[in-house]
Amino acid sequence: MAKENIIVKILRYNPEKDKKPFWKKYDLEVDDDSTILDILNEIHWNIDGTLAYRRSCRSSICGSCAMKVNGQNVLACKTPMHKFKGNKLKIEPLPGFSILKDLVVDMDGFFEKMKRIKPYLILDKPIPDKEFIQKPDEFECIRESAICILCGACTSSCPSLWANEDYLGPAALLKAYRFIFDTRDDGKDERIDIINDKNGIWRCHTIFNCMEACPKDIKITEYLSRLKVKVLENSI
Amino acid sequence: MKTDEAKYYHKIEAVVVGAGLAGLRAALEIAKKGHQVAVITKVYPTRSHSGGAQGGIAAALANSAEDSLELHMYDTIKGSDYLGDQDVIELFVNEAIKTVYEYEHMGVPFSRTEDGKINQRPFGGHSSPRACFSADITGHVLLHTLYEQCVKYNVHFYSEFQVFSLLIKDNISRGVVAWDIREGGLHIFHSKTVLLATGGYGRAFKITSNAHANTGDSLALILENGLPLEDMEFVQFHPTGLYKHGILLSEAARGEGAYILNSDGERFMKKYASDKMELAPRDVVSRAEQTEINEGRGINGKDYVYLDLRHLGEKKIMERLPQVWELALNYLKVDGIKEPVPIQPTAHYSMGGIPANINTEVIRDAKGTVVRGLYTAGEASCLSLHGANRLGTNSLQDASTFGRIAGKNISKFLVENGYEDLTSNPLDVARAKISSLMNGNVGEKHSKIREELQENMTKYVGVFRNEEDMLKLLKILKQLQERYKNVTIDDKGYAYNLDLFEAYEVGNLLSFSEIIVEGAIARKESRGAHYRTGFPKRDDKNWLKHTLAWKTEEGVKLDHSKEPVIFMDRFPPQERKY
Ligand SMILES: Cc1cc2nc3c(=O)[nH]c(=O)nc-3n(C[C@H](O)[C@H](O)[C@H](O)COP(=O)(O)OP(=O)(O)OC[C@H]3O[C@@H](n4cnc5c(N)ncnc54)[C@H](O)[C@@H]3O)c2cc1C
Repeated sequence: MAKENIIVKILRYNPEKDKKPFWKKYDLEVDDDSTILDILNEIHWNIDGTLAYRRSCRSSICGSCAMKVNGQNVLACKTPMHKFKGNKLKIEPLPGFSILKDLVVDMDGFFEKMKRIKPYLILDKPIPDKEFIQKPDEFECIRESAICILCGACTSSCPSLWANEDYLGPAALLKAYRFIFDTRDDGKDERIDIINDKNGIWRCHTIFNCMEACPKDIKITEYLSRLKVKVLENSI
Repeated sequence: MKTDEAKYYHKIEAVVVGAGLAGLRAALEIAKKGHQVAVITKVYPTRSHSGGAQGGIAAALANSAEDSLELHMYDTIKGSDYLGDQDVIELFVNEAIKTVYEYEHMGVPFSRTEDGKINQRPFGGHSSPRACFSADITGHVLLHTLYEQCVKYNVHFYSEFQVFSLLIKDNISRGVVAWDIREGGLHIFHSKTVLLATGGYGRAFKITSNAHANTGDSLALILENGLPLEDMEFVQFHPTGLYKHGILLSEAARGEGAYILNSDGERFMKKYASDKMELAPRDVVSRAEQTEINEGRGINGKDYVYLDLRHLGEKKIMERLPQVWELALNYLKVDGIKEPVPIQPTAHYSMGGIPANINTEVIRDAKGTVVRGLYTAGEASCLSLHGANRLGTNSLQDASTFGRIAGKNISKFLVENGYEDLTSNPLDVARAKISSLMNGNVGEKHSKIREELQENMTKYVGVFRNEEDMLKLLKILKQLQERYKNVTIDDKGYAYNLDLFEAYEVGNLLSFSEIIVEGAIARKESRGAHYRTGFPKRDDKNWLKHTLAWKTEEGVKLDHSKEPVIFMDRFPPQERKY
């Protein structure tokens, strides 16, 4: 582990002071195995305490630290700086969200969209004494979709969403998939109605940005395509 | 200054501080019973550290092999090195099964057996495969499902609000004061009950598997209100923390057959646990690693050893341990298929915490006097379920089961009781903390103080403890507490002031860390996770006792008169051998 000099440009914005966001440059020396989050911590702790960003688990499961680095949406904690060549980093908040301060964006709308698809099991059938029976392949069918950490990297990268902010977006649709394809769920019809809306699944144009952005490598586009088929089947 | 006035005043029946499994499970129960409940959390609910748990949640469903409540109880008692309260453990194992089935009915996606039941895997210290799991994301799916249920039942969330003070007077809890992280400003929450569910506090250590948010804020608030903490000296160190980062590499790695090697390439566990080898309990393996390091057999003489996966082969590594492989590659640039992975013991779980009785009511003394309206659950609490050492997968279950029990008891309290008056000048304490941080202009950065604290805690009150080191540490702590009085922050603004909330957290770490050290100095025996080099044996004659510790003007006051509940006819203390 050696030290390296890097130049980091961060898009800064403080609503109390700044009319609009601006770039601020930091030169610093870091361990060559640093992650983007390590670098932000180094700046915040030792150079400039006014820098704001979200972070918590630093092991890519809490979903706090999605941001844009050198043009890509990434999780800061899981992205080593050596992923980018040239010792130059450009760090900015997730696009498509309004900035609260520096790298912190307003995710309320994102969480509200989740609520639209009724993100909970809907049951008509009687509840058994023990568990509902679900076969391993039936679990496997929803397993990957349940990995979503709600970091917003996908939603933020979606051009359809940039064009229409009422669109549910990939994360909420993936959540819909996770319930519609859950063998225990009795709420398929209502949920399908919700996503079959003008701001629903049909605004997905299979652009694949979401899949590239997903830090958990979830095959989002594939699941959304399966949803489309399901909606069509249901309307026949 | 905005802090002069409460920006908002909220009157709400029940306040829950923390949105991990404990807080959410309690809030759900309260909301389902038709009461108003507000969850205050400094991170978005789904960002809580419960989501980081991979391994599983314990319950004797007997889906994968024979199992029984009695066996789960015995394993937990033995794991606790007989310090766990057996009435609490009995209630816990009895309720655990219901908790898991409830989760399943809520929609938690569990891994399944061939016949479609919840799948269960073996875990250290459990004598039957008892860990119900969802691939390697168990905590994550439990947390998300609970959050979704809370949304369904209209639980009110105050996300990104950080509690700065508790409003307790005349032994009655009246609410809390919290800082709105996003916009700045203090809010008063006036309530009939408060549940403290703020999780673990591994951030007192340099090398830890815990999230940045795990700073034990509510423990410091308890101390500041003249109330005690319990059994704080018991901190579990996990043997497979990623070197330098402390990030957890799952126990599954050892389960699948990984070796642990010293600088001579020797599988040194043969010297410490020749039978179980790498699969010995966490505390045993952690101590073995530390001994090798201390005796100069760390890799290149440094403070780490190797976790070697290579003989498992690429196929098995990628199928069974993809996370372990990925973490090593991402954080250390080490490809576990070709190279051994540097590891070291990492502070992982906190057995001690806010003392509470079996009903999750916070108590103020060894007699069990209750603080009215104040409750606690999850890793922040000490009931004491885990005693001197927690078994893996028992803690998700603890947070869930006692979260539900807390919710039930709180609901009952809400029906039977009205609001008490607020304290006079409720904002004073919180405002003073904020002003002193905001107003200082000369002084040190909090990060410097925090780093020194963490470094010294890991060095002096880690896996091995001796009196000389700990006395040294106590001195250092005192100096750091002094220096903290002049701490300064760069950011004087209101909007998302990360500097402010981190500075506040450092004060909290400094406060309860002293209790960890004092408790460890006093306890002259080795039990569970607490190992004293001069006193390598468990001493039931003198030390089969809980520690209660207060902060007073004259320093830390300890009380060892609270004895664990033991069912002598069923589970009398025995040597803990594996
Ligand atoms: C890496 C890792 C893996 C683990 N794996 C397992 C496992 O497989 N099985 C198992 O049983 N256990 C496991 N554990 C332990 C288990 O995850 C925890 O003990 C448990 O999740 C704690 O839950 P909790 O609800 O008490 O706290 P948390 O989930 O930590 O939640 C704490 C909450 O408190 C809030 N909070 C804290 N301070 C404040 C404040 N001042 N103001 C407002 N809000 C505040 C936070 O925002 C958060 O919402 C693991 C732990 C770690 C670190």
